[in-house]
Amino acid sequence: MGSRLAFVAVTTAALITGVFVTTASPAFAQKQGGTLRISHRDNPPSASIHEESTISVNEPFMAVFNNLVVFDPSEKVNSPDHIVPDLAESWAYNDDKTQLTFKLRQGVKWHDGKPFTSADVQCTWDALAGHAPEDKAIIRKNPRKLWYSNLKEVRTNGDFEVTFVLGRPQPSFLTMLAGGYSPVYACHVPDRVMRSKPIGTGPFKVVEFKRNESIKLVRNPDYWKKGKPYLDAIDWTIVPNRSTRLLGFQSGQFDMTFDSDVTFPLLNDVKANKPNAVCEARPTNVSSNLLVNRDKEPFNNPDIRKAMVLALDIKAFSQILSEGHDLDGAVMLPPPAGFWGMPKEQLASLPGHSPDLEKSRSEARELMKKAGYGPDKPLKIKIATRNIAIYRDPAVILIDQLKQIYIEGELEPIDTTVWYTKLARGDYQVGMNLTGVGIDDPDVNFYENYYSTSDRNYTRYKNPDVDKLIDQQSAEQDREKRKQLVWKIEKVLADDVARPIIGYNVANTCWDSKLKGVVLQVNSIYNGWRFEDVWLDR
Amino acid sequence: MGSYLVRRFLLMVLTLFGMSVLIFVMLRLVPGNIADILVDAAGIADAKEKAKIAHELGLDRPILEQYGQWIGGLAHGDLGYAYVSERPAIEEIAPRIPISAKLAGMAIFFAVLIGVPFGVISAVRQNTGLDYFLRVLSLSGLSLPSFWLGLLVLMAAVHWFGTIPIYDNEPHGFWRDVGLLALPAAVVGFRSSALIMRLTRSSMLEVLRQDYVRTARSKGASNASVNYDHALRNALLPVVTVIGIEAAFLVGGLIVTETVFNIPGVARFLVEAIRWRDYPIVQNLVMFIALVVVSANFIVDMLYAVFDPRIRYS
Repeated sequence: MGSRLAFVAVTTAALITGVFVTTASPAFAQKQGGTLRISHRDNPPSASIHEESTISVNEPFMAVFNNLVVFDPSEKVNSPDHIVPDLAESWAYNDDKTQLTFKLRQGVKWHDGKPFTSADVQCTWDALAGHAPEDKAIIRKNPRKLWYSNLKEVRTNGDFEVTFVLGRPQPSFLTMLAGGYSPVYACHVPDRVMRSKPIGTGPFKVVEFKRNESIKLVRNPDYWKKGKPYLDAIDWTIVPNRSTRLLGFQSGQFDMTFDSDVTFPLLNDVKANKPNAVCEARPTNVSSNLLVNRDKEPFNNPDIRKAMVLALDIKAFSQILSEGHDLDGAVMLPPPAGFWGMPKEQLASLPGHSPDLEKSRSEARELMKKAGYGPDKPLKIKIATRNIAIYRDPAVILIDQLKQIYIEGELEPIDTTVWYTKLARGDYQVGMNLTGVGIDDPDVNFYENYYSTSDRNYTRYKNPDVDKLIDQQSAEQDREKRKQLVWKIEKVLADDVARPIIGYNVANTCWDSKLKGVVLQVNSIYNGWRFEDVWLDR
Repeated sequence: MGSYLVRRFLLMVLTLFGMSVLIFVMLRLVPGNIADILVDAAGIADAKEKAKIAHELGLDRPILEQYGQWIGGLAHGDLGYAYVSERPAIEEIAPRIPISAKLAGMAIFFAVLIGVPFGVISAVRQNTGLDYFLRVLSLSGLSLPSFWLGLLVLMAAVHWFGTIPIYDNEPHGFWRDVGLLALPAAVVGFRSSALIMRLTRSSMLEVLRQDYVRTARSKGASNASVNYDHALRNALLPVVTVIGIEAAFLVGGLIVTETVFNIPGVARFLVEAIRWRDYPIVQNLVMFIALVVVSANFIVDMLYAVFDPRIRYS
């Protein structure tokens, strides 16, 4: 409890400090030049942000691009109130909020010298919404098609104005455009090039992306924000072994660790060996969640699903996995880092989040007995999880906790290459999964993971009332009313054991004290990697 | 000699053909292909997108046709396109081979440099304090896992020198290369040196008890002459065999060492390619490694005749 309070205090202090530092930043004299050296944890599947769903791509390549709008990079919390212009100079909705028109910046050039126009915006979102003809596709895969299911059309009005026509009002649409997953692509660049040496309008150009080795970016001298970026170059070295990465950071070969690479047990080592390191803990908005296949017996019995969630000791998960720093929350990341998460008092009333664990477990045992199981007749199940330590560890804890309610679990590690295929086929009984959210917004989270028709609704939870509520909150313009709706949905999802959240991961990122201007955004690890305000004091 | 060489050559070709079939079939028996992985890596499970990628890469064609295309291309020096990087496979593989070759060469050099002399000393000074020390050293070499030893060495480097040898893309001179690869080569060669040391010791002990060694001593030959001119040359025969086998097994050690020391060689690349089911990379690299192994065996066989003049190939 103490460490949890301490974390909340530190996060709040960090937020305040962030605001102070960023508002006071003109007092610093930024230095131009230098190469920022960062270690990368693995080989990015490609360089095309629109085709991938991993920070391994966003963190190095976001600096190559611009969005139409972007979350204010000087703010730690991504929120609809902190969206600033990027390639769009201004934007406006029509009266019924179904048309969002952007006036675009003029004189912007792609890294290959061609001019940026509204046609680029149109073809990017035509591709993302699945409206582009196959022969003109600028992407091969489209993991975020669902984000744009309400986008009916993209119209251009001359070279520097573009209108997004929506099926219905959707206030989160602008928020989705502000995230790291929403760069504008160049129409004239083939998808294959975008995957290997992408062309953008951003502050850095790709020099080389050498698989399994390195990513080299250099300053874009023609960047439309005059005087930026400050760095001459960014060198990413791909180092798959975490011990080697951290030793490289400690020995000064890297100026910054990969995002969230430093777990709490490793933090002391890093600080001891590199006293001048600046380390910041922040929630990753990646949750560990329990998947119960409600189509398979005996999990089609709601009592068993409820018993499972009542058996969870969320604090124990947090203590074991992150020395008590992981956050307890429902579907949305809890405040203060999360913008939409429900207050602590409401959270405590949800199954699995009660402070009285013994009472919950007694209730769970009764439910199990009612379903015909007990100490002499335990329910034997397989708990599938991706065969990676960060997945396996919570799965093992889960197995231990379920023993308390007569469930004997056996770990079933699944090769990472077939994990999602297996989930999509519903080929599992119980699963332990990790889910990252690209943007801290209910639309992104609900439509991806809980809507009846979503491919990523792995538990196949289907509730027409919830679908209706999701659509309702999505169209709600009044933010407070929307929050109330979101919390209502979260409660229904928790009561229905749709996909119980076990915790939100918190991890550390460290950098050398000579590196200035780093602002980690606390409610999504996928945003804030433009590096145009970062500079080296050496 | 000529007919022996022809036979060995044909055997090598047959072995390589067998390897090609084996690796081709085994890769396709492993669950998931590149299309599954690419789509899964994006966190989606869209069957249509998978089918589209599989079709683009020709994975939906009959397996015999795929095999024929690969072998046909290989015969013409065309290794195909890597699935992940979408570049010619040769451009991905070729720059990595010299790095691993240097590392492997240095590791073998280190292993022989340490293993043979220490094995001889251990045998000549049997049951002395030095012999016990060297035996403990060789046992530890066999029992320490490479990844653990590698990490220990890196931690020591940070602690004492404040730096670690991390390989980069810049062009290196010979001595810089030696400097960067010396530690990893020592780590990967340590296990082999231990094995060579133990084998040299036991082989030397056996030879030192032979009649002709006693005869040499009774003729008044010096200790050095007996040990090195008479005994060692005969004791080296099994050692050479082991060195040849170790050269082949070194790939296993290189995978770990290249990962821990972050060296962009073929071994680590191979593992990554297997993870991604990047067939053109895996197939061609495995064939390359098979070629190295059969060539190493061939060279070892030829060396027998150099070390033991009684051996004649016919």
